[in-house]
Amino acid sequence: MMGSENYHPLQQEEDEGIEQMETLTLDANNSSKDDDISISKSYSNYRSAMTTLSSSSAEHPLLSTPSIGVSDPLLSVGSPSYADVVFTPPESTSHGDELTISPRSQSSSSEGDYLRISVLNPQKVVEPSNSIVPGGNTYITYLITTNTNISDYGGSDFSTRRRFKDVVTLSDRLSEGYRGYFIPPRPDKSVVESQVMQKQDFVEQRRAELEKYLRRLAGHPVIKKSEELRVFLTVQGRMPLPTSIDVASRVLDGAVKLPKQLLGESRSVVEPQDAVQPAKGGRDLLRYFKELKQSVVNDWGNSRPPVEEEDKEFLEKKEKLLDLEQQLTNASKQAESLVKAQQDMGDTMGEFGLASIKLTKFENEQAVLHTQRVRAADMKMVATAAVKTSRLYRELNAQTVKHLDTLHEYMGLMLAVHNAFSDRSSALLTVQTLISELSSLHSRTEKLETASSKIFGGDKSRNHKLDELKDAIRVTEDAKSCAVREYERIKENNRGEIQRLDNERQADFVNMLKGFVTNQVAYNEKIANEWAKVAEETSKYAKESM
Amino acid sequence: MNVQQRSGSGPMAQSPRSPSSQPPYLTVSVSDPAKMGNGVQAYISYKVITKTNLPEYEGPEKIVIRRYNDFVWLRDRLFEKYKGVFIPPLPEKSTVEKFRFSAEFIEMRRQALDVFVNRIASHHELQQSYDLRMFLQADEQSMERARSQETGIFKKKPADFMQIFKDVQSRVSDVVLGKEKPLEESNPEYEKLKNYIFQLEDHLAEAQKHAYRLVKRHRELGQSLSDFGKAVTLLGNSEGNNLGKAFADLGAKSEILSAKLQREAHHLLMNFEEPLKDYVRAVQSIKATLSERANAFRHHCELAETIKFKEIDMNKLRLTRSEKLAEAEREYEELKADGAEATRRFETIVKLMNEEILRFQEQKTIDMGLAFHEFAKGQAHLAKGIADAWRSLLPKLESCST
Repeated sequence: MMGSENYHPLQQEEDEGIEQMETLTLDANNSSKDDDISISKSYSNYRSAMTTLSSSSAEHPLLSTPSIGVSDPLLSVGSPSYADVVFTPPESTSHGDELTISPRSQSSSSEGDYLRISVLNPQKVVEPSNSIVPGGNTYITYLITTNTNISDYGGSDFSTRRRFKDVVTLSDRLSEGYRGYFIPPRPDKSVVESQVMQKQDFVEQRRAELEKYLRRLAGHPVIKKSEELRVFLTVQGRMPLPTSIDVASRVLDGAVKLPKQLLGESRSVVEPQDAVQPAKGGRDLLRYFKELKQSVVNDWGNSRPPVEEEDKEFLEKKEKLLDLEQQLTNASKQAESLVKAQQDMGDTMGEFGLASIKLTKFENEQAVLHTQRVRAADMKMVATAAVKTSRLYRELNAQTVKHLDTLHEYMGLMLAVHNAFSDRSSALLTVQTLISELSSLHSRTEKLETASSKIFGGDKSRNHKLDELKDAIRVTEDAKSCAVREYERIKENNRGEIQRLDNERQADFVNMLKGFVTNQVAYNEKIANEWAKVAEETSKYAKESM
Repeated sequence: MNVQQRSGSGPMAQSPRSPSSQPPYLTVSVSDPAKMGNGVQAYISYKVITKTNLPEYEGPEKIVIRRYNDFVWLRDRLFEKYKGVFIPPLPEKSTVEKFRFSAEFIEMRRQALDVFVNRIASHHELQQSYDLRMFLQADEQSMERARSQETGIFKKKPADFMQIFKDVQSRVSDVVLGKEKPLEESNPEYEKLKNYIFQLEDHLAEAQKHAYRLVKRHRELGQSLSDFGKAVTLLGNSEGNNLGKAFADLGAKSEILSAKLQREAHHLLMNFEEPLKDYVRAVQSIKATLSERANAFRHHCELAETIKFKEIDMNKLRLTRSEKLAEAEREYEELKADGAEATRRFETIVKLMNEEILRFQEQKTIDMGLAFHEFAKGQAHLAKGIADAWRSLLPKLESCST
């Protein structure tokens, strides 16, 4: 695609083309200052448009190309060549320009506390092998720089090196500590990590993703104040957050505990401090199985569970969000194909322009008759306009990518929403399970009491058991209270987040639409002007054929 | 397309039978394509309407039905009879698209055929051709008979390609067999012209290829804009309130713009890409004429050689007072007559070509100038329409953010 079969001639004719371009003299009527017409190099195919242009990193490949002696407005997107045009090129940071609206990025700058984060300088680290796996331990570290005014940080500039594993740890700790919040999802792990890791593209892509992720965290009003994030960003050397232990070893712990629990040797009640964490960890398999049973009872049992999701408002909002997610997915997909179509249009227009330039040059060189020179001049006008249009389309597309990226962002956010909702439902399940547990403890106590009351003086072992049960009930009551508190807390977090999401989404979407539309207007006006000039110059032919 | 006869190039004589002061005219149009037949044998027939006051024609107006192969017949006849003239090109004979017969294909072909006939009708040499008159007036049966006769004798694929191919082939085989290089004109101006024509075809073909792709891109952009609009509208429904309304408006505008793009794609195809394609075909037709000229030259040279040898033989016979002298002299005279004829033919071609090339270049500047104008006009109109449509959304979007 992208006319790749024409890359060959483009490259070959490139040098010729540069000469041709330089000898092209534009009409004096042309008020545009960018009199250097450049070859539309088809560098930016769709993929690079999506990844490189949507990241606002300083290492912008399109910007860093050296000048070839011809100022190439295509490459130097921020060039002053459109001085006569009001709108600003993509990399400019001027906001509030009436013709361009940049999408909101690092919006924390408009609020009081900010965290400005950059991810740079990937470096390979090779640790000597000390494991059975041959090849040693090789991984990439990234330099994370932070500039902030948050007082808790005790400083304004920080820089440290982190690897992807550290990011996973950070993400896991945050999801444990901030249940119910819409925590931005971290970048994916790659399945064949060490093999893929060597590739330049992969590393660059990951760097960009990490940067985006950290900036999103920094943009979340609650998470940006988190201790976990601060530690990640500032502490030198090894990150002092508890690492995500292998699932295997945790399950192993749980598996070891289980028989003891079943035999009654180890306490099988849920401690209050555990009640605030989900059961899925694997550490407490018995609890996990109990909650599983409860959820089955909820779904299939005839009786209603003791506590239900009653919050109608929440259920409505949830429905809406799920619907939104579907529409977002669809819109996001269509946005991608729109961007591709715009890209193709720009590319083909450029290729046509180039072919026309060659034809012009040929006709001029070979001209025997005056009429040939006239025709060559006409063609040159058309070719020039085509090349300019091609460039304009690509710039338009770069902007479009940035604006419509909002759709992708919110799509990604839906994952965070799902996680927050499942925090809520698992907390609810814990409450329900504990309530069931309590009721079964109470009934066991009753049975024992009636049984032992029949024996005068009581049964020593039964009394012992009764004491144990009373003990268990007490602890479980406490655990239930904690669980209920936790559940309420998560509910409140959900509510606040939904509100925040709705507000921010409104603002972001309006901004997206405005930006998209404004760009379309500005660039199409420019394109129309270019062609109108050519139409004017060639209007004599229309009259002649009348 | 109606083209008035140009008075500068050999006006037709006013017949004494038509004392009216009306200048002579011949206008032709190709219209009303209609699908005929079924399946493999399906074809398109066209109405060819001739309006004229020329005496050679039967009446002021004549309507006949013709099919593509009839046009091919006409082209082949003219090519044979009017060597040196650049015969106007025909749209390609398509073997695959024929089965699809899309409306667009039919329209493109009809337009090209209309241009073809009109160019012939306005060419001061070709318009006098008997074959043209037959084409414009004969009933369908006579036409069919004439056509089927031709296939036997003049079975020609697009003459240009076959001819050049044969030339190349014979050239190669001559070299391989050790024969001397075939004779070619050593006229430097002509060499330049030949090179020009061959290279021009390459350049034009490339430009046309991209122009065709550009048409496709317009369609694709239109399609994706439409899909995007629909998706955005659904998103708006999901959002509700002011924002939802804004999304819905965006969706509606996208739909409108999609239609604009489709229209422009068609306009671009018919008014820019097709003329460009026509230019390519015209250059290919010139190549066919070039090879005719080469043939005529070779023929003239070969005869000149033969005559020389014959003269030598004759003189030998004269010296030996052989009785074969009389016959040899007769043969010599015949050869000289043939040689003169061959030379005349060749020189006619040269003369015609010189005129033709001038005419061709002038005409092409006009044709392409118009095509460029249409291209620019269309693009300007499209871009302005897009800008205006999007601009109309801005006030509403502004009010959304307050």
